[in-house]
Amino acid sequence: MKRECRIDIHHLTRVEGHANIHISVRDGQLVEANWAVVETPRFFEVMLKGMSAEMAPFLTSRICGICSISHALASIRAVERAMEIHPPVAAETTRLLAMQGETLQSHALHLFFLAAPDFLGTTSVLPLIDSHPDLVRAGLLLKELGNEISSATAGRSTHPVTLVVGGISKAPDKARLAELYTMIHERKAALETASSFFRTLSIPDFSRATEFISLSNGSTYPSIGGKIISSDGVIKEENDYLLMTNEYCRENSTSKFTRLSRTSSAAGPLARLNNNYQLLHPKAQEMAASFSLRPLSHNPFMNTVARLVECVEILYTAEALIERLLDMELREIKTSWSPKAGAATGAVEAPRGVLYHHMETNRAGKIVKADCIIPTTQNNANIELDLRAMAEDALKKGKTDREIERLCEMVVRSYDPCISCSVH
Amino acid sequence: MKQTLYTFEKLKIASFDFTCCEGCQLQLTNRESSLPDFLELLDIRTFREISDEHHQDYDIALIEGSISRSDEVERLRAIRKQAKVVIAFGTCACFGGINSLKNRFPPEVCSNEVYSGMAVETLPVRKVSDIVTVDLSIPGCPVTKEEVERIMVRLVTGSQIALPSYPVCVECKQQLNTCLFELGELCLGPITRGGCNAVCTTGKTPCLGCRGATEEINMAAFLELVRHRKFSPEECREKLGFYNAFEAFLGHET
Repeated sequence: MKRECRIDIHHLTRVEGHANIHISVRDGQLVEANWAVVETPRFFEVMLKGMSAEMAPFLTSRICGICSISHALASIRAVERAMEIHPPVAAETTRLLAMQGETLQSHALHLFFLAAPDFLGTTSVLPLIDSHPDLVRAGLLLKELGNEISSATAGRSTHPVTLVVGGISKAPDKARLAELYTMIHERKAALETASSFFRTLSIPDFSRATEFISLSNGSTYPSIGGKIISSDGVIKEENDYLLMTNEYCRENSTSKFTRLSRTSSAAGPLARLNNNYQLLHPKAQEMAASFSLRPLSHNPFMNTVARLVECVEILYTAEALIERLLDMELREIKTSWSPKAGAATGAVEAPRGVLYHHMETNRAGKIVKADCIIPTTQNNANIELDLRAMAEDALKKGKTDREIERLCEMVVRSYDPCISCSVH
Repeated sequence: MKQTLYTFEKLKIASFDFTCCEGCQLQLTNRESSLPDFLELLDIRTFREISDEHHQDYDIALIEGSISRSDEVERLRAIRKQAKVVIAFGTCACFGGINSLKNRFPPEVCSNEVYSGMAVETLPVRKVSDIVTVDLSIPGCPVTKEEVERIMVRLVTGSQIALPSYPVCVECKQQLNTCLFELGELCLGPITRGGCNAVCTTGKTPCLGCRGATEEINMAAFLELVRHRKFSPEECREKLGFYNAFEAFLGHET
């Protein structure tokens, strides 16, 4: 019997933003596997035109409700590099800590609220509150810890307040940092609970070779700035981000697509891990090993495991950063600066992958041109090709329509796409 | 020990997002320590960002985002037909928010600039009340979860709901902050509705007015203060226009 199948997922759930999935099989052959981003565009690059450069981070943080700190810091880095402003060490250390908090919050949200229901066959996290109370509690403790770190370092977890061009507007309170230090130590147990649970799940056995792109600085697991590298051996400076992205428009998609050496590439936790495995904390490497995750892994579902590994990395990095801040005089926190004409890129590793903001300023300190390239944009082509390969694989294995639909949803969610971000 | 002495009807609620960053919806999942209790108040019928469940029998609709495409207008009207209470949730829904900054340019200029010639539909940004009747507005970029919790309790118990009528300055003073005008900054605290616990000014960053005008706004006195402190009209306009929240109060004097 020749197989017919049509899957139309309108506004995929448990992702940030609006996108549809279309799969079509005729006479046993896959004829369409389409990832259609239908999110409303907001036109941030247009909004930025003519704006005072110091306002840019307050605007661009509003690109995303989940990774607002990454956007603020990408803009700040672009403006500072364009105007040759050098922020004090205390500010740079505080910013790095803010990044740890944001990624922990984002990863916890994905692991427990968005991904766990897929593995447990529920429609959301809500039924898990009763069926898996320890797991949900662990998730909330980690998410809360992430938000607390962000609030202590950025003034607020969503849409940061104190991250400004030149440094930070207010130093983190040392007593609060000391409390956070204890909190991080205590909550390592929650991460252990979470990882024990995730180890009981069967991660779908699927892989499709692709190119992984991330930042790299050669000495620490990447966060703010560095060289842009790919697993196919491409290395570029931050300002050459366009050569790394080759962004293009596609009909019927409000999100753009990118490519490098192949027809698609991937950014995000698995890309970071694949490209920077040696720089992970030994405890984070242990976590990866316990899931048999080793570079290069080409299984997109391993993004979920990579998030857990990164949570370990974050807890140890955050501890070290707090130790450094507690040892510092937090007096010099902002460099005074005057407007200058220039152009530069600020690249950061947002929770979902490398994020680029490029800003061009004039002598009056106004932004004359801006460009933002979002991690999810860089994953669009990869998501679509994964959908195709996944559907073909599932067809061969004789999976039912419902099973194919579920696997397609899961593979997309493994990227934790931030669709409103990608459209911006 | 947890005890339940009396039960209320849970709120049949649905959450929808339009032109926005979804950060206000995300706040619903924050304040993790009170989250299980908060969820006890709600019977979530639709909330795409966290759940596959999709039911049409909701009473309360949270609308996040501004409106900038024709399909959004249609979706919003359909929600209005179903919901007994429509809540404009966050600054974008209440005032248009930062998205309104694009209204300085014609739609085709926007789409040309970003999509290099590819036709992409976009309309001038509007707030929710420009299209349907709004029963309650909860401003904030993002909304403040404590305030959302208080309002949900009041909805469950059928009590009166009112936002603070005083300006951000009141809460800023309560935190013993030095006034940002004294530190040489132009701050919208004196004319902006409080209720945010002065989170920005406490972080030594000027208020940009995301919660909109305070009840007894004295714009003339504020503009006089701005002139007296020698801030340029351009600087003032940039701040007042950031969230489009003072549209109604902007005469020729700025």
